[in-house]
Amino acid sequence: MSLPLVDAVIVGAGAGGPIVAKQLTHAGWRVVLLERGKWYTPWDGLKDDLRNQRNSTLGNPFGPEDEGNPRVVVELDGTKRIVAPWEPGYSNNAGCVGGGTVSYGAMAWRYHPNDFRMASQYGVPAGSTLADWPVSYEDLAPYYEQAEWELGVSGDESNNPFKGPRRKPLPMPPVAPQGREHEILDKAARRLGLHPFHIPMLRNSAPYNGRPACMRCRWCVGFACEVDAKNGTQNTVLPTALGTGLLELRTECQAREITSDERGRATGVRYFDRNGEGWEQPARVVVSSCGAIESARLLLNSANRAFPKGLGNRHDWVGRNLQGHTYTGAFGLFDEIMYDDLGPGASIAICDYNHGTPGLRGGGALCNEFIRLPYQFVGMRDPGVPRWGQAYKDWMRQAYRRIIAIQGPTQEMPVFESRAQLDPEVRDRFGIPVVRLSGPKHDHTIEISDVQAKRAEDWLKAAGAVQTWQKRAGKGTSGGQHQAGTCRMGNDPQTSVVDPHQRVHDIDNVFVVDAGVHVTNGGFNPVLTIMALAYRAGEYIAQSGLKPRA
Amino acid sequence: MTDDEARTLNAWCECLIPEDSDPGAKRAGVVRYIDIQLTKKFKRHRKLYAQAVEALNLLARRGYSQEFAALPLEARTELLQQFEKGPDRAAFSLVLDHTMQGYYGNPRHGGNANYASWRMLGVPLVPVRGRLLYSIAPAEPKGAQS
Repeated sequence: MSLPLVDAVIVGAGAGGPIVAKQLTHAGWRVVLLERGKWYTPWDGLKDDLRNQRNSTLGNPFGPEDEGNPRVVVELDGTKRIVAPWEPGYSNNAGCVGGGTVSYGAMAWRYHPNDFRMASQYGVPAGSTLADWPVSYEDLAPYYEQAEWELGVSGDESNNPFKGPRRKPLPMPPVAPQGREHEILDKAARRLGLHPFHIPMLRNSAPYNGRPACMRCRWCVGFACEVDAKNGTQNTVLPTALGTGLLELRTECQAREITSDERGRATGVRYFDRNGEGWEQPARVVVSSCGAIESARLLLNSANRAFPKGLGNRHDWVGRNLQGHTYTGAFGLFDEIMYDDLGPGASIAICDYNHGTPGLRGGGALCNEFIRLPYQFVGMRDPGVPRWGQAYKDWMRQAYRRIIAIQGPTQEMPVFESRAQLDPEVRDRFGIPVVRLSGPKHDHTIEISDVQAKRAEDWLKAAGAVQTWQKRAGKGTSGGQHQAGTCRMGNDPQTSVVDPHQRVHDIDNVFVVDAGVHVTNGGFNPVLTIMALAYRAGEYIAQSGLKPRA
Repeated sequence: MTDDEARTLNAWCECLIPEDSDPGAKRAGVVRYIDIQLTKKFKRHRKLYAQAVEALNLLARRGYSQEFAALPLEARTELLQQFEKGPDRAAFSLVLDHTMQGYYGNPRHGGNANYASWRMLGVPLVPVRGRLLYSIAPAEPKGAQS
């Protein structure tokens, strides 16, 4: 069934979509925002260590639903598996209003200025599609600032000499008091000549925007905040946009495809509502903000006569260069008790190793890990300890409260063969083709991440760890919650999907606003960059003239 | 799960996390956790569980002419060390994962009875720090104050 025309339809209410909705409604646009999931409260997802967005052993409380949303994963040896959203390899983020920002750890990084010029800085390694971004840190800086102040970021980067220039400080100081781990690691880093500082986080350390400060509980990353001190899009820009009266949010609506006219110009979005009924929402502009993997799927599922291989896919770049972050690090066992039951736990970072190591193309931030729940700790075993029996139980008892973990996201070298494509057979519960994920990480990515693990270990040793061991990464397909790269931004339509304003090449009214457009994914958690790009794209669309003057 | 299967599995899981000054897998309800999940998320592992239990009993009968559950802890541990390296090692790893979930995970799912493992590790039982002040929670577990 067809509905009345609106100025824009945005697909996906995660980190990017609601920001575009806010920008457009504030410019007087009438907007429909489609979200496949529900609008949850913290009480819909309980404090459950086996069922949360970080550990989905028994399911994802914040979507997508366990049944009817499969993906296909192809292992490096060619084995094909059909996986549900809670199973390993799915690369799930979330499926709900707010997306991953409801339950994230909320690290709020600006990428390093050099993260935007990786190819010219380092040269392209064989087998990689490494490239510079068509936009610079300077282009994004004002929008980073807008995200920091509108959503609310706490932290203190004043001791980080490697950060890009900033005009305004962060709106809130770091959460206080800092934990025991922070104090010990801070001293050790300084002794090593490193530059430790307080991680910026989308988390209130003081009342902000009418919501309270963090209460320091241990149920943070993977969970929704019970006192609403974590700042996502669902409790900031989305209510603001709804307040204009110009936005209609439709939840539990799964987009089928972007509809087009004969020349390939978008006319709207076809979708299914919660009852499986099909609708068509006509719009002047279509914005895909589904996350890197689902945005690729939507474009590929929207083939038409002008774009027989999928929207924006004339040159077979949609779904390519799938990236995430290669997390490596180390664990250190200490004589003293380190566990202080103070959330969120993660608080200290160094950026000394993001760039500048001869022979390595970049690196990443290193941070202490979020507070560990007992079941999460099971996987952090010292490899010298038997994995079961009395010895293992003794070790758990002895080690659980005496461990510090440090890890960090290594910036990956994009690989053309790492990709999300449509599976020819498997379909979701509405009969829509699902994605198939495949392809390896680049060898150089692994090389860098191994060095990062060693550095984490050295930091722990300097802090007085009596025993240390590393966590390294395998070559398997990247993606995960930090999924990026599938709709690359670039000037050349032959080697990218969207232009520097995130407009799909050759179609003037379709935009991609999520980490899919990231050329490279920085050595940092990506969310603040997604948000900054969304502010920038939203502003651009509002001024684009695509909505006729009233 | 049949009673026989549950008995074998209990004897199995108890080797993975034995009872000492703190409850082992059996008293913490690990098998209850697994049994519940086999009707839900772990449905597709049912056959594998039945086969693994049978294979382990076969090994016990061959080595000791007895059912696995009837053997003392040392003999069971020795058998499981064989089992872990044998053709059923994938099943062993799966049961080990599920045992850790049932022992260290949230009691809501049937395991970790009375927060046995959290008490052992000294994790405060109340989910949010400040709530200790209002004494709406059970007494502090041992070792929680450091």
